[in-house]
Amino acid sequence: MSSVGTPMLRKEDPKLLTGEGKYVDDIQVAGQLWMGMVRSPYAHATINSVDASAAAEAPGVHAVYTATDLLGMGLWIGPLPCAWPVTPDMVNPPHFPVADGEVHHVGEIVAVVLADDRYRAADAAELVVVDYEPLPVVASVADAVADASMVHSSLESNKAYHWPLIPDPDALEAAFANATHHVDASFVQQRMIPSAMEPRGVLAVPSPHGGDITLYSATQVPHILKVMVAATTGIPESKIRVIAPAVGGGFGAKLNVNPDELLAVTLANKLGRPVRWTETRSEAAFSTHQGRGQNQRIELAADGDGKLLGVRVHLDADMGAYMMLITPGVPLLGSFLYTGVYAVPAFGFTCDGWFTNLTPTDAYRGAGRPEASYAIERAMDILASKVGIGPDEIRRRNYLAGGEHFENLDVPSTLTFDSGHYGPSLDRALELAGYGDLRAEQQARRDGGSTKQLGIGMCTYVEICGLAPSRALGGLGYGAGGWEHATVRMLPTGKVEVVSGSTPHGQGHETSWSQIVADKLGVDPADVEVLHSDTAISPLGLDTYGSRSLAVGGVAIANACDKVVEKAKLIAAHSMEASADDMEFDGGMFSVAGSPDKAMAIQEIAFGAFTAHDLPDGMEPNLQEQTTWDPPNFAFPFGTHVAVVEIDEDTGNVELQNYIAVDDCGVQVNPMIVAGQVHGGIAQGVGQALWEGANYDEDGNCTNPSFMDYLVPSPTEMPNFTLDFTVTPSTSNPLGVKGVGEAGTIGSAAAVINAVCDGLSPYGVTDIEMPATPQRVWRAIQDGKGGAS
Amino acid sequence: MEVQVTVNGQSHSADCEPRTLLVHFIREQLGLTGTNIGCDTSSCGACTVHIDGESVKSCTMFAAQARGADITTIEGLAADDGTLHPMQQAFMECHGLQCGYCTPGMVMAATSLLSENPSPTETEVREGLEGNLCRCTGYHNIVKSVLAAAGGES
Repeated sequence: MSSVGTPMLRKEDPKLLTGEGKYVDDIQVAGQLWMGMVRSPYAHATINSVDASAAAEAPGVHAVYTATDLLGMGLWIGPLPCAWPVTPDMVNPPHFPVADGEVHHVGEIVAVVLADDRYRAADAAELVVVDYEPLPVVASVADAVADASMVHSSLESNKAYHWPLIPDPDALEAAFANATHHVDASFVQQRMIPSAMEPRGVLAVPSPHGGDITLYSATQVPHILKVMVAATTGIPESKIRVIAPAVGGGFGAKLNVNPDELLAVTLANKLGRPVRWTETRSEAAFSTHQGRGQNQRIELAADGDGKLLGVRVHLDADMGAYMMLITPGVPLLGSFLYTGVYAVPAFGFTCDGWFTNLTPTDAYRGAGRPEASYAIERAMDILASKVGIGPDEIRRRNYLAGGEHFENLDVPSTLTFDSGHYGPSLDRALELAGYGDLRAEQQARRDGGSTKQLGIGMCTYVEICGLAPSRALGGLGYGAGGWEHATVRMLPTGKVEVVSGSTPHGQGHETSWSQIVADKLGVDPADVEVLHSDTAISPLGLDTYGSRSLAVGGVAIANACDKVVEKAKLIAAHSMEASADDMEFDGGMFSVAGSPDKAMAIQEIAFGAFTAHDLPDGMEPNLQEQTTWDPPNFAFPFGTHVAVVEIDEDTGNVELQNYIAVDDCGVQVNPMIVAGQVHGGIAQGVGQALWEGANYDEDGNCTNPSFMDYLVPSPTEMPNFTLDFTVTPSTSNPLGVKGVGEAGTIGSAAAVINAVCDGLSPYGVTDIEMPATPQRVWRAIQDGKGGAS
Repeated sequence: MEVQVTVNGQSHSADCEPRTLLVHFIREQLGLTGTNIGCDTSSCGACTVHIDGESVKSCTMFAAQARGADITTIEGLAADDGTLHPMQQAFMECHGLQCGYCTPGMVMAATSLLSENPSPTETEVREGLEGNLCRCTGYHNIVKSVLAAAGGES
């Protein structure tokens, strides 16, 4: 019986449900010192002096290091890395773990206390006196574009780069010149605080015999972190072991290389003592990167029927104060998707990256793709109303391949979509929503003068997963490949050990990988042990982000299993004195074609490979294979989401009443896990649409850094979700899988805001900025009614 | 100062500062790290434990305030033979957890909810868990888990 495709319960759960899961902060080691960070209260200032004398004398304090001390200690041979210089002339000011004379965002580290416990470290950090000379602050992209003052005093402009993707400028000009309908819309992708429930934490432990160091980090990317620690500290890679223990969610926020990690590892190395730190939630707005942060302008050119002729996009993207690991590339990950699921003859995209005196931005669930999906799907609704047709009809008229099934289709943004079939996802979503009845009820409410308006919004998204073909990444200037590594070994007892380079933080890899291996090798999933997230056990890997684990890492495991079976087949043929060509393998048993009475179990062969008493001449002992899978193309999941909202005219409150998602992530390994990924993704997109967003004042202070003010959705704000799936296998890999980690987020913000705008259309409202808070919605209603407030 | 508490049926006594939060006492003095910390404003509920039968966010009180209390943490929920509590079992069967970080607090809050209201409606479950945040599940399967546990117990 096949395990793939069944909702197998998760192997991870018993530990996590009983408190046995060990996150970084749960690991206690003798002799540890806690770092307390002294952070800048200014977004931009010169550091005149730092007086650490009182802190140094505080109880329980081991040492206090000012930025000057630390930079003088030779701890780092290079700055924090940016792996994605998107243009040859991209501006990238040096970024060290501590500020070098000038701070560039609130929360930048200016001194570090080492103390016996976290309370004393926090106390002592308060005692460090820093004399700042405030400098002009660039507190928004608009400020940055004005270029009146510089984010870094050393800069001549706040512009970090200009990145164009205009495959055929003449065709684009012509498209707009010939258009009957022209949509010109601007949207703001507000800064998001990712808010994984586990705050980031780090613990660096030098080995007692010296020379080696183990870095525990709440990270999505232990392998990348290891390389980057070596590259920035000069500690040889072979001396660094990085372990990501249980990790409590990531959503992109844990894929960076952070100042705290480089401080912990170098101070531990220097002092010969364990050094640790765990961010507080309110600190996370400064110590962990944020997501989104784009001002978008999208223009559509369409003919009289609403058929698209061209799409032109410009982004002003907020980098924050520094380039982190993939900061500049995040907006560009979306660049290829601004034509969405539509047949668009001409396309042009430009992005300017701008520095601001704010926390750096980087990946947050979807990373560039939710922004793209939002822009095109909002713009399509605006086009529909210009043409005078429904939002469903405008989509149908423009779907690639007319909404029919396709494979390996070139799109104008220079990519080749692996497969798609958009029409049925819209049909099914509207059917599940009861679209006709909803429209009737909406009209009845409007006719009846109801103060509770119904809004219905939809979004058909496509995304790019399976990051990534290494050559494609190279072409984009990314500093690494996109492959993934796997080892599959059968142990003498017949159990299977799988070593994967992908690094889970809630996705259930141990379960899904076991299912793949169970089918491939014909073993019980319970007999498969998946090892991961420790560079000493899994030395090769490129980790987990961009919905890549299954489409890259899972495929690597499947391929390694195939190699195991090939070798086992040779041993079986040798043992059964048959030709390898005559061997059949089914359900874990090797047999000779035509002689079903002769059979050997793969476990028996594994033992034979271990004893090596009677292997074919020249064959190496043991049954173990490894592979590195570098996908030939990305995978492009898609789907249609429908949001139904009720808007209270009197309060401006938007209640999400129903949410329907019909997703297609290709072949599903574990439908239970797939649904869970969609649920969580939807909640994050809904959060962006309605409640979340980092607010900054004109001095660059984040005014809502804690969970008191930053509104992560709670259970009462979420409805139950109605899910369904279509299955269009990917052509990019032998499993036909695509990826689903980000899908929910990519489809949901646009669906919700389309619903809000639909509901507000009787008031003449055509757009509303995210988050669509009650205040904003109420204001829009009042403005629509004629300005009374 | 000396603080004596009973945790999961075992008496513990440990030294701590008067300002030590109960959650830090449980995690660091007693070594029971199943109870997690997700925020610093008593907003997220990851640190929820039972104190004398009531669910409490253990970051909202000092260890000293819990002197003499009978505390249950996530480590004390399963049976001695390892059999999961029905709520834990329901979370597993309904995929009510992903990264697992909010889970101990969520499970403790949910068991407390059912002890007060053994047959809640979906809305009552959502309202009862409003003080517990999860970033992974969108709550869909958490609510399903709690309703399943309620169904199983009634």
